Amino acid sequence: MHPAFSVIFFTVSSGAGFGLFALLYLSDLLGVGGGLTPRQVSLAGGIALVLIIAGLLSSVGHLANPKNAWRAFSRWRTSWLSREGVFAVAFFPFAFGYVGLSFLGTGSEALRLTLGAVATLLAWITVFSTSMIYACLKTIRQWNTPLVPANYLALGHYTGALILMLVAVDGQVDPAPYYHLVLAFLVAAAALKALYYFWIGSPVAASTIQTATGFTRAQVKLFDAGHTHGTFLTQEFGFQLARRWAVLLRAVVFVAGFLVPFLWLVQAGPTVSGGAGAVVALIALLGVLAERWLFFAEARHVVNLYHGAQRC
Amino acid sequence: MRLGLVIDLDVCVGCHACAIACKQWNASGTTGPLADYQPYGAEPSGVWFNRIRHFEVGEYPHNKTINFPMSCMHCEDAACVTVCPTGASYKRAEDGIVLVDQDKCMGCNYCSWACPYGARELDRASGTMKKCTLCVDRIYDEAIPIEERQPACVLTCPAHARMFGDFDDPDSAVSRAVREREGYQLLPELGYNPTNHYLPPRKAPPIPTDQVGKPGFKERLKTFANKIVKR
Repeated sequence: MHPAFSVIFFTVSSGAGFGLFALLYLSDLLGVGGGLTPRQVSLAGGIALVLIIAGLLSSVGHLANPKNAWRAFSRWRTSWLSREGVFAVAFFPFAFGYVGLSFLGTGSEALRLTLGAVATLLAWITVFSTSMIYACLKTIRQWNTPLVPANYLALGHYTGALILMLVAVDGQVDPAPYYHLVLAFLVAAAALKALYYFWIGSPVAASTIQTATGFTRAQVKLFDAGHTHGTFLTQEFGFQLARRWAVLLRAVVFVAGFLVPFLWLVQAGPTVSGGAGAVVALIALLGVLAERWLFFAEARHVVNLYHGAQRC
Repeated sequence: MRLGLVIDLDVCVGCHACAIACKQWNASGTTGPLADYQPYGAEPSGVWFNRIRHFEVGEYPHNKTINFPMSCMHCEDAACVTVCPTGASYKRAEDGIVLVDQDKCMGCNYCSWACPYGARELDRASGTMKKCTLCVDRIYDEAIPIEERQPACVLTCPAHARMFGDFDDPDSAVSRAVREREGYQLLPELGYNPTNHYLPPRKAPPIPTDQVGKPGFKERLKTFANKIVKR
């Protein structure tokens, strides 16, 4: 698949934003580390909303005819893409209410926490819907697995936890629980990503050029694709990643995304400084961007069987 | 009604006339125009509803070239319609034709991701997804003679390798051809239940090739005559 930057940025940015929001709300609700101050809640909430809005705006950049984007809210009963949009928009009034009441410090606590609870639920559903956009496609074996929603949720919460830790280390709450939250999500996300790479690499039942053409008893080779230059199909689905680049980028995912942040955090301990934490978070985000780029680049659409691929 | 095509791989000669006829008709049809990018330039490309691939089946000397036209299969379980977030993609209840409402499409490409057959192509000029309409603006046109109320690709095929008809009618030409010639669907394991079917090449005894190169008496006489007659 062609790795479109608008979609890569959208899934990473809004994933981190929704993960941050959910963890922020739970920390606020449970009083983790002594309870976040209203200033910390509104700061983290603001960052979450900025990340989500930036991601959603970026996703509109993927559309070839954005003037019809409003229609995407209509087919939520069948389309995961539509559901993603509906739930993302439904999230905003509750999220703005929660963050706004935290910032102003007015209104009843029960109302504030109820708004936050609904927004958190919608945040989780939205990230799940985003991942199901890819996971529901039978045409792409590398995406059609429950590990995809698991990866999206784990990575969103991991990057969100990193940002929440940055907000929590300003000395007003005990940073240790936030630090351990990051480590827990880091290990979970790294393990799920490793499982995913194992899964897509191991031979399972896949469509072949034989099932694509119906000549199941003989060797089949593409003789001529029938077009002079590229087509929409070769541009959108023909992207091929050389094996050595795939290996290198997977190393980047694990080193930048998980190993460096892990070593740095373990070495620094729970009292990690804000500056160092920001560097760690940036390195981790770069790793997750590489992960998302690979997620698209390594996906092999079955239409490639009609353009020379033997199996997908 | 379940309208669709049957493509006879036994007689398709791979001339691309169906693709040309399709482009010609649909460029001015309901989803036209179909954009071309650099049509006379170094990298010609554009939107086509019908593309012909060529495969080599088997290994030399037991090999065969198969010409393989592909357009929208008008699937019974059309995932492209299910995933469409705007409702632009739809499958007509009355005849099963899958269409894209050009006024609703937002060009997100998602339907093309869901289609295993490569039937959908984004038109960069209009920003909308375009696909085979089964010549819906032709097959119901009462202003043209009844024998011409068929898709442009079917009408133009010089080898009669394409058939159009109703798969719900067990006595239609397409149903009968599929039944008698063991017509099959592409990528059946994905479960889209495509309407279009392909007829495999007929089983024919191999043409003897071991006598080639050993001329008989007549051939030897001709060779001798050719040697002595000066041209």
